[in-house]
Amino acid sequence: MEQIIFYILSLIMVVFAIASVTSRKILRAVVYLLFVLIGIAGFYFLIDYNYLAAIQLTVYAGGIIVLFIFSVLLIHHIESKLEVPSLGRRLLVGFGSLVGASVTLFTIWSHPFNVAENSTKATEVADIGRGFLSYGEGGFILPFEVISILLLAAMIGAIIVAKGTRLTQKN
Amino acid sequence: MNIPLSITKNIHDWLFEVMSAPVATVVEKVLIAVAFLGFFALAGLLLVYMERRIAAFFQLRLGPNRVGPQGIFQTIADALKLVSKELTGTVKADQFLYKLAPYFLIVASLMALSVLPFSKELHAFDINIGVFFLIAISSIGVIGILIGGWSSNNKYALIGAMRSGLQTVSYELSVGLSILTIVVLAGSLQISEIIEAQRNGWFIIQGHIPAVIAFMIFMIAGTAETNRAPFDLVEAESELGAGFHTEYSGMNFAYFFLAEFINMFIIAAIGTILFFGGYLSPFGITESIPLLGVFWFMIKVLGLVFLMMWFRWTFPRLRVDQLLTLEWKYLLPINLFNIVLMAIIVWLGLTINF
Repeated sequence: MEQIIFYILSLIMVVFAIASVTSRKILRAVVYLLFVLIGIAGFYFLIDYNYLAAIQLTVYAGGIIVLFIFSVLLIHHIESKLEVPSLGRRLLVGFGSLVGASVTLFTIWSHPFNVAENSTKATEVADIGRGFLSYGEGGFILPFEVISILLLAAMIGAIIVAKGTRLTQKN
Repeated sequence: MNIPLSITKNIHDWLFEVMSAPVATVVEKVLIAVAFLGFFALAGLLLVYMERRIAAFFQLRLGPNRVGPQGIFQTIADALKLVSKELTGTVKADQFLYKLAPYFLIVASLMALSVLPFSKELHAFDINIGVFFLIAISSIGVIGILIGGWSSNNKYALIGAMRSGLQTVSYELSVGLSILTIVVLAGSLQISEIIEAQRNGWFIIQGHIPAVIAFMIFMIAGTAETNRAPFDLVEAESELGAGFHTEYSGMNFAYFFLAEFINMFIIAAIGTILFFGGYLSPFGITESIPLLGVFWFMIKVLGLVFLMMWFRWTFPRLRVDQLLTLEWKYLLPINLFNIVLMAIIVWLGLTINF
């Protein structure tokens, strides 16, 4: 049963990934990308990793795709199509992708994967939370706090960029 | 007296008796899906009828009263009309996305419905991230609105969709944070655990001051997230048409409309789960009959739905800048402060327990 779902999901993801790259209408490409991302969330659900699946849905499907759609809505007219790049560029990109794919595939094939023990226990959110805030062995408090500061800096930066010269003027 | 009326368990056992295990699993899942689809349509019809009657009540009108006793078949007549209507669309629309958009909303609402507990056993999908799953799903519905507006190839639809999407995205934050306030109190994200933790008093009483603040913020933000009045500036008739109101017709329009009503139901249901003890009866008066949980759950949810309809006819509509000011300058800071307050109260053990 799980295998069948796995193959269905993989098929959906491969088909939509190809469709996303080849589509010449930009919003369609974004929607196909959304399906791929939802497929990844489906994988996480399949391996009982509910937390990561929900994160995948909020951050990628709900956040990044909505951001993409907003920018497409603002800058792109519905009837305009993406132009087809020149032959040389297509060949170059194709070659680059081929190299990337072969490196990835070579790594996957040469690495001996151990079959994970079939753990039926799903990871609880509480455990993840404790992991984030523990400063003992295997705790993630430092990266957690560093990321918090990074996000804060990004937020302040975004406000400054958006406000521009109005920050110094008195209004 | 304890009456063991476990319908779901009996059906489950019966299914596994008559069929082999894999077939029974599939059949069971299909049955659940069909039940939810049926509920989706029925609840939509009921809510539309309720909205009309309550609107009429507030405006001292009669409302629908011709089709059937008290006009209860009015919404069925409306639905039949919508089904029989021709599906028109613009030639220059992006046909694929134009047809796809309503389904985003419907799938998002259905997935959110699936985690709601109607009673202790009538709970289809009880994952340990429960409430977080609801937040994650609610962010997908926006995509349907945005795509619907864009693919209509109409500038009014586009602007309407942008406004609607903007509003949903910003108020999602307040909904999420007010939910988090209660999660601090409950100590779990799993919906069944959140409800069981309220056996010693509903969270609105247990968490007293911060819980009441969180409830008020939740209702305001929830009303805004479902694009209802007084935050329904996307469909302000005097100004512009909302994203999907402009070009969609017939059943495609009905899908959007139905999804909006179901979203209202979902917001009310989340409010019930978090603040009013979900399916628990007040003071445990019917604890011996678990099946009555459905009754209590629906009573509470419909009460909150009534509150949202009450808002609609009480407050004047906001302007878009007032809407964003309310969210970013008032609700968000109050919410962040409120979470800290709730954390302090839980930490010092100042909650009220019976």
